[in-house]
Amino acid sequence: MYSPETRSIFLNELTGIKSAGLFKEERAICAPQSSEIEVEFPIGSEKKKVINMCANNYLGLSSHPEVVEAARRGLDHRGYGMSSVRFICGTQDIHKELERKLTEFLGTEDTVLFPSCFDANAGVFEATLNENDVMIADRLVHASIVDGMRLCKAQQDTFKHSDMNHLEQKLQLHQNKRIRMIITDGSFSMDGDLAKLDKIVELAEKYNAMVFIDESHTSGFIGKTGRGTHEHFGVMGKIDIITTTLGKALGGASGGCVSGRKEIVEMCRQRGRPYLFSNTVAPVVVEGALKVLDLISKSTERRNKLENNTMFWRKGLTEAGFIIKEGETPIVPVMLFNAKLSQDFSKDLYSEGIYAVGFFFPVVPKGQARIRTQLSAAHEIHHLEKALEAFIKVGKKYEILGKTKQEIIDRYGM
Amino acid sequence: MAEVIKDVILEYVKNEYLEEGDDREVNFDTPLISGGIVDSFSMVSLKVFLETKYNIQIPDSKATPEAFDSVNNIVVLLKEFNIE
Repeated sequence: MYSPETRSIFLNELTGIKSAGLFKEERAICAPQSSEIEVEFPIGSEKKKVINMCANNYLGLSSHPEVVEAARRGLDHRGYGMSSVRFICGTQDIHKELERKLTEFLGTEDTVLFPSCFDANAGVFEATLNENDVMIADRLVHASIVDGMRLCKAQQDTFKHSDMNHLEQKLQLHQNKRIRMIITDGSFSMDGDLAKLDKIVELAEKYNAMVFIDESHTSGFIGKTGRGTHEHFGVMGKIDIITTTLGKALGGASGGCVSGRKEIVEMCRQRGRPYLFSNTVAPVVVEGALKVLDLISKSTERRNKLENNTMFWRKGLTEAGFIIKEGETPIVPVMLFNAKLSQDFSKDLYSEGIYAVGFFFPVVPKGQARIRTQLSAAHEIHHLEKALEAFIKVGKKYEILGKTKQEIIDRYGM
Repeated sequence: MAEVIKDVILEYVKNEYLEEGDDREVNFDTPLISGGIVDSFSMVSLKVFLETKYNIQIPDSKATPEAFDSVNNIVVLLKEFNIE
């Protein structure tokens, strides 16, 4: 029974979230995903045309005509849904084909699809490790990895973000374990930096450890042919487990996978709970993803365009006097340090026709509030010029251009 | 002995959680988790350290963010395991 007392418990919780400034509001996009979209914010208000600087649509394929057409073909030939988990009657020929193509693309031994990469991360550790093992994770890994580790009986440990000395100490500490698994994101979604994967592989070989990477923010565009962080660092074939998503650069719909050593993939098929107890990826999504892999395997044009857009944007912001997180990925955080400033800045950008969201504690550490911008191959230079103009206008309003971190903190607080 | 344990834990916290150049003051009462120095995920390292160092098993029901929120709180927790 949902009594008034029970209702008030949840209302109080929600009030607490609001008063802490952590209440998230959805905006309604009244168009396919793209670099320019029509948005209702707040929902129900007048639609506004804005440049989208916060989608994970890195390759601009979310609404690509060939991908949409392939998805439509999937609908015609293989139907809308399967009404089954994979191992009962939910596996079609196209699911097996997509797993083969992902294996080939990622340069691994085998692949198994999951309903999402969140599910892949939630299931893979529990399916493969036990209390004799240890998982050693970078402290900034994605929430889904944290949840997945919590579901696993293996001992958990962490190392300071990208600190190889600290990782080495932890590997030494856990030499008595049956399996040591180093766990990291390929690219960290809040900072946009890449894991030092060449060094991690070196340490893994020295201390007999497995390597796990989540490639959700790299698959399709990092590395010369977009295979990911392992291609970028020249360690393809040396990563034991890769998880990634079809929900970002690779079409943006949904679905994820575990790819890697064939025994590990088989363990996920036998014991991965989100695989075993959740519905199969819809045929429409599978056909769309197959087309995406086909397009990006034939040509690197889109990842090259994304790289050029990224360089243009990073250079433009830096020259304008913003503090950005250094790096080479299309995730470009503009540092504002103060939580309220990041919210005000985002609102002003929206008024200027730019859609970019502010992030602050607890999503990022205290005193490191920021606007996270994300580039796409769907952006044209004129979009970025307009966005830069808006950033500069708002930056001038708050008098932060050319200021040091300390000067911004002195003025606005942590 | 209590003083020594306190010092050992404080030293560990500083080395384990402060980045190079992080000059935040951390003392026995500094709120570690509610103060944003240790997040709930990286707290597991502290638990591993205490269990290894003092040869104990801290059940999850006792390894709460409150129990780990300061060096002094951790000292109180360790007393339950006759470590003092």
